Amino acid sequence: MIPAPKRALPPPLLSVNGVSRSYGKQLGCQDISFSVRPGEVLGIVGESGSGKSTLLACISGRLQPDTGSLVYDMKDRGPVDILALSEPERRRLARSEWGIVHQNPRDGLRMDFTAGGNVGERPMAIGARHYGNIRSEAQNWLEKVEIDLSRTDDKPKTFSGGMQQRLQIARNLVTRPRLVFMDEPTGGLDVSVQARLLDLLRGLVRELGIAAIIVTHDLAVVRLLADRLMVMQRGRVIEEGLTDQVLDDPHHPYTQLLVSSVLQA
Amino acid sequence: MSTNSNNEQSGHNEGYNFAYLDEQTKRMIRRSLLKALSIPGYQVPFGSREMPLPYGWGTGGIQVTASVIGPKDRLKVIDQGADDTTNAVSIRRFFQMVADVATTEKVLEASIIQTRHRIPETPLNEGQIIVYQVPTPDPLSKIDPRESETRKMHAYAEYGVMQLTLYEDIARFGHIAKTYDYPVLVNGRHLMSPSPIPKFDNPKMQDNPAIQLYGAGREKRIYAIPPYTTVKSLDFDDHPFSMQSWSGCCSLCGSTTSYLDEVITDDSGGRIFVCSDTDYCNDRQAQLLCDEHSEVQT
Amino acid sequence: MSIRLHAEGLSKTFTLHTQGGTRLPVFRDIDLAVRGGECVCLHGPSGAGKSTLLRSLYANYKPDAGRILVEHGGKIIDLLAAEPWEVVEIRKRSIGYVSQFLRVIPRISTLDVVAEPAIFTGAAREAAANAAANLLTRLRIPERLWSLAPATFSGGEQQRVNIARGLMVHYPILLLDEPTASLDAANRRMVIELIQEAKSRGTAVVGIFHDEEVRNAVGDRLFEVGKSIDVRSAPHAEKEKSAHVGASVE
Repeated sequence: MIPAPKRALPPPLLSVNGVSRSYGKQLGCQDISFSVRPGEVLGIVGESGSGKSTLLACISGRLQPDTGSLVYDMKDRGPVDILALSEPERRRLARSEWGIVHQNPRDGLRMDFTAGGNVGERPMAIGARHYGNIRSEAQNWLEKVEIDLSRTDDKPKTFSGGMQQRLQIARNLVTRPRLVFMDEPTGGLDVSVQARLLDLLRGLVRELGIAAIIVTHDLAVVRLLADRLMVMQRGRVIEEGLTDQVLDDPHHPYTQLLVSSVLQA
Repeated sequence: MSTNSNNEQSGHNEGYNFAYLDEQTKRMIRRSLLKALSIPGYQVPFGSREMPLPYGWGTGGIQVTASVIGPKDRLKVIDQGADDTTNAVSIRRFFQMVADVATTEKVLEASIIQTRHRIPETPLNEGQIIVYQVPTPDPLSKIDPRESETRKMHAYAEYGVMQLTLYEDIARFGHIAKTYDYPVLVNGRHLMSPSPIPKFDNPKMQDNPAIQLYGAGREKRIYAIPPYTTVKSLDFDDHPFSMQSWSGCCSLCGSTTSYLDEVITDDSGGRIFVCSDTDYCNDRQAQLLCDEHSEVQT
Repeated sequence: MSIRLHAEGLSKTFTLHTQGGTRLPVFRDIDLAVRGGECVCLHGPSGAGKSTLLRSLYANYKPDAGRILVEHGGKIIDLLAAEPWEVVEIRKRSIGYVSQFLRVIPRISTLDVVAEPAIFTGAAREAAANAAANLLTRLRIPERLWSLAPATFSGGEQQRVNIARGLMVHYPILLLDEPTASLDAANRRMVIELIQEAKSRGTAVVGIFHDEEVRNAVGDRLFEVGKSIDVRSAPHAEKEKSAHVGASVE
């Protein structure tokens, strides 16, 4: 048995303060505030139209919020207001310190390039210029996401949905981002394939100490992956807390409904 | 650049303004050229005009040449290195008709060289202008069809994805298989298509004393490399840029350092390799004859 | 030994919004202090709220009032007032919890399931695996099962894997929910031995033990649960809750 070593607690990696975004009269998300610490996995659940995807788009820099601020602790510059960054700075941040895993792999992969090239692109984008190193790093990651190395030079359009999703994860994690945004990462996959992907994600996120924000409507996904949970309804956060607290002892009527609606297998 | 007067000119055909384009258009294009020279490798949009020949026949290069040519200039036009191919002949005749300028086949005599697919073997000098005909000005357009996106990639120097295309070549063929239109980084900043010249010619763009201008008529883009500018071909540390090479020499002039074309000589598979640059090859043949002659004399 | 865990004025009432807002009080104004090296057995009739209290001590359930003071990293922290990330850290290093049933993680081998908590605290993979192997051996899980995911194991085997996982890290505070419920005599004795080892290391233990033999072997004192509230509604309350909220089995 191992005695537990002690470690200092880190400061927040991302702070979201009063973020709102609406589409004309249509509500997107309203007055959302939270923070994520290094290595922390935050789940955001809610049904379609609850505003969770809008929120994810806002905090990952793909959609400009109407109001609110986003402060991110950059590796070399410390805390910066993301919305005040210039576009090139924001794009550089997105491809070096962040990762985005899209629900549809077609949105996150280059379907006409090989699997190895898809993984190698991010290292090349931040300056890697040694083919041998880029390729071995890409293969290292293909192995981590359980893609057979004989498929290195195949194009993702010949891959199954689960493989494409795993490739997308490898493509994002290869540069060791500090924060990964995931939009329904298991959506559209068979249940057995989902389980494999979840284990893999769980292992990688814990092993690398990556912070992640995962948007999903699947409570099993957050139960397995998330330390902390936010429940959204009609654009607002109605309940939040530790994942097991929220799922085992829900307080808000909507959360209780959500939890009790899940069929126990 | 030579300046033109908009008064009476002595062109063969009195019906056209000097060098075909009207003076306002030429001024517009010259302004684009100045901007292009100020930002080496950057693609400047310009109001490309309808020309009396179809796209793909050098409409961009012709408009650039028409904007910089003056009555005292001497024009050389080459297509695949040769002065006597259809495209070269028709463009040369076009300028003889609308601008009445002198023409030449000698690189060193020309003040302006318009080219398709080659850079002459003979090194260019200060004061010369070389005008390239460009079909596809943006190397990124094949990777991302959204121009809104490729413009941002240029603006923010996000060129990792270009490197990705070279990676794909090595993964599939074991080496960078691209042999022409090989992408370059100009002045350490802008990614540029050198037009479909063989990669054999890429090193000639580096630190060239001449002004290099590029015109794409259909795509309405102009870009440029000022004299003595760094032009680096993209590559990997462990797969460095390399030029084509041939085991033999030119069958006509014996050159071992020029770009060679394969010529089929009969129906039984006989073939020879000859210089693609006809002016260079002719010069060398004349020189050889001359040397032989002087040897006989002594 | 000093007090490691101190619950003050804990109260818990479930409000079932899906059942027309029914309010189910479970316990009120509980005070419980546990010293290092001491084992307190929660005692009371079935449905008295023992599990609810134990889960509250782990911050799995959120009490409506009170404080839970724990020693973490040399400081005293109120678990109920702590930030979620702090609770995660506290659970990683300072409070262990062995639930009644193992929550099986698909595809993860038994050895990894047991070793994980130590790896999460930063232990070397190999050292953690060795320690996990040692625990599994002592709990009589045959080595041929170690590489398999525990999903297909028997109830008793899953229970022992769960105990091994819970004892992997030397937490200063250990919460045990019926750890010996489905074990035979030999395995029960091993669990007793492991709990006694933890106590002798100075661990503060709070447990629910239905088995008298175990209770007598490890328990230092009993803590009565279910007396502080209206006796008539309590058992009913617990049953209602587990049946309708869909929370994990009590």
